[in-house]
Amino acid sequence: MSWNETIFLGLGLADIIGLICVIGTVWGIKMMSSPATAVSGNLLGAASMAGAIIVTLVSNDIVGIDVVWVAMAVGAALGCFMAVKIAMIEMPQMVALLNGFGGGSSAIVSLMTLVATMWTTGMVALGGFEKVTAVLGLIVGGVTFSGSLIAAGKLSGKVNQRPIILEKQSVVNNLALIVTLILGISAVVSDGAAMVMNAVLVLIGSLVYGVLFTIKVGGADMPITVSLLNSFSGVAASISGFAIGNPLLIAIGAVVGASGLILTQIMCRAMNRTLGQVLSGRTTVLHPAKSQEAVADSTESRKCTQPDGTVEPVLLATEKAAPMEEPEYIRLTRSAKRVIVVPGYGMALAQAQGDVKALMDLLEAGGAEVRVAVHPVAGRMPGHMNVLLAEVDVPYDKLCEMDEINCEFAETDLVIVVGANDVINPAANTAEGTPIYGMPILNAHEAEHVIIFNYDTKPGYAGVDNPLYEPDDKVTLLLGDAAKTVREFMTALGTTV
Amino acid sequence: MSPLSLVILFVIATIVGYKVISAVPSLLHTPLMSGTNALSGITVLGALAVTAMAQTMGNSAIGRLLGAIAIVLAMINVVGGFLVTDRMLRMFKK
Repeated sequence: MSWNETIFLGLGLADIIGLICVIGTVWGIKMMSSPATAVSGNLLGAASMAGAIIVTLVSNDIVGIDVVWVAMAVGAALGCFMAVKIAMIEMPQMVALLNGFGGGSSAIVSLMTLVATMWTTGMVALGGFEKVTAVLGLIVGGVTFSGSLIAAGKLSGKVNQRPIILEKQSVVNNLALIVTLILGISAVVSDGAAMVMNAVLVLIGSLVYGVLFTIKVGGADMPITVSLLNSFSGVAASISGFAIGNPLLIAIGAVVGASGLILTQIMCRAMNRTLGQVLSGRTTVLHPAKSQEAVADSTESRKCTQPDGTVEPVLLATEKAAPMEEPEYIRLTRSAKRVIVVPGYGMALAQAQGDVKALMDLLEAGGAEVRVAVHPVAGRMPGHMNVLLAEVDVPYDKLCEMDEINCEFAETDLVIVVGANDVINPAANTAEGTPIYGMPILNAHEAEHVIIFNYDTKPGYAGVDNPLYEPDDKVTLLLGDAAKTVREFMTALGTTV
Repeated sequence: MSPLSLVILFVIATIVGYKVISAVPSLLHTPLMSGTNALSGITVLGALAVTAMAQTMGNSAIGRLLGAIAIVLAMINVVGGFLVTDRMLRMFKK
């Protein structure tokens, strides 16, 4: 029986297996919505993909072509090597890089579809639909490729993480996009050598646009950009599926495109900004705004009502860390019953997650209830903190999302902030006109006492001063490398028990 | 398949993808992102098809080279993506 012979409802065997692969893929993603089934979900996705590859090899009759096998083996080996070697902290740039490879591949597929008439004999010329989709795939794939590489460079610190804004950047960007689109149209209407020429120019134009578009996004907005590029890579795959008429490619590409889009949306909502603002680079303002008056009113704006309606009196610590005596914050820590840890990107930078886990264990051994509050955009990619803490065996039921834990800060004895800044900055509630204004924050300032382990008191990525850093009896600042300061803090706690 | 049915397929897949992913908690967003990222390497199917075409219909060297690059890139995306996702997911313990 031929693979493409119709056997059921107009579908061939290849179509039916393909359909099963698509369902397996979607089901796999569905299983990733719970930590308990996520591992099998991922495996199901991988198996479906393997199935799809086999179906394509067999039904297109390309099993016997050696270059295909060599290329697949090389790619798989490189992929294996990267996946095994990468450290968890480098995950954001790894995802960005892999994403770029996918986009690049889609761009090449589209390019080859367009120029295939140059080297194939006896092939019918492309129809209008194939041409349009191939050009679109070329553009989206090219932008994904160069954009992801820049994003990976920024995330790994190889490219300046600050937004790089050229003179008249938005004009230049729009111009680059318009020129690329015009070239795309001329590629669609032209034929032969002219079309090949145009297609190559379109590819160059979209690569340039990808660079321009990513280079002006600031570090804090990178998670959103990576997620958007992830969506693009799916769309690029899907569009190149149109160009070569492969339904499997269209369907799975579209699922990835939609998933990237919804993640992007979730993150934009968490930061209270629109996608347009992120892409234009307007959100990461470089002139720091003062926000001294912020802390006083900030408790008003996003307050959670306490069950009994009372406000607990703020405990006033009278002395600041006097070197010889036991500092007040040590005493407070030892007596704290309810503790919330707030991790941020600084924890990842200092590789302090293991020390944070040790501190949590120490506090729990002392009888305290310890949980972790994870802001949706803490770190450099969505869920970044969860991965780092999972790596050091913090059970995931201790990791709480912002909405679920924000009301409880007011009843918390102690908040321990490790390398987080913007996500606890009360200025977000009050300092109008600053980039983080309106961004939902973790209400760490509502707790009785806050200990902040940060490298310095410089503003975070958003460039807004944090009023919590002002001298205050309620806040203890322990500055320096978080891994070191957390260990010193534990020693201080331990020796005086 | 006709262009129209391909477009319909695209729309349905988009809606299904959108629905399914809305349910994933932010705890798992990083693995979800790298998992769907691996899936975007599905473009390897396209790379396989065009490479085979370049090989069988004209035996062009540049076609084979481009196709091989596309396959390598897509396979890194697929294999690397699924493996790191697996590594991450296995770390989540109750």
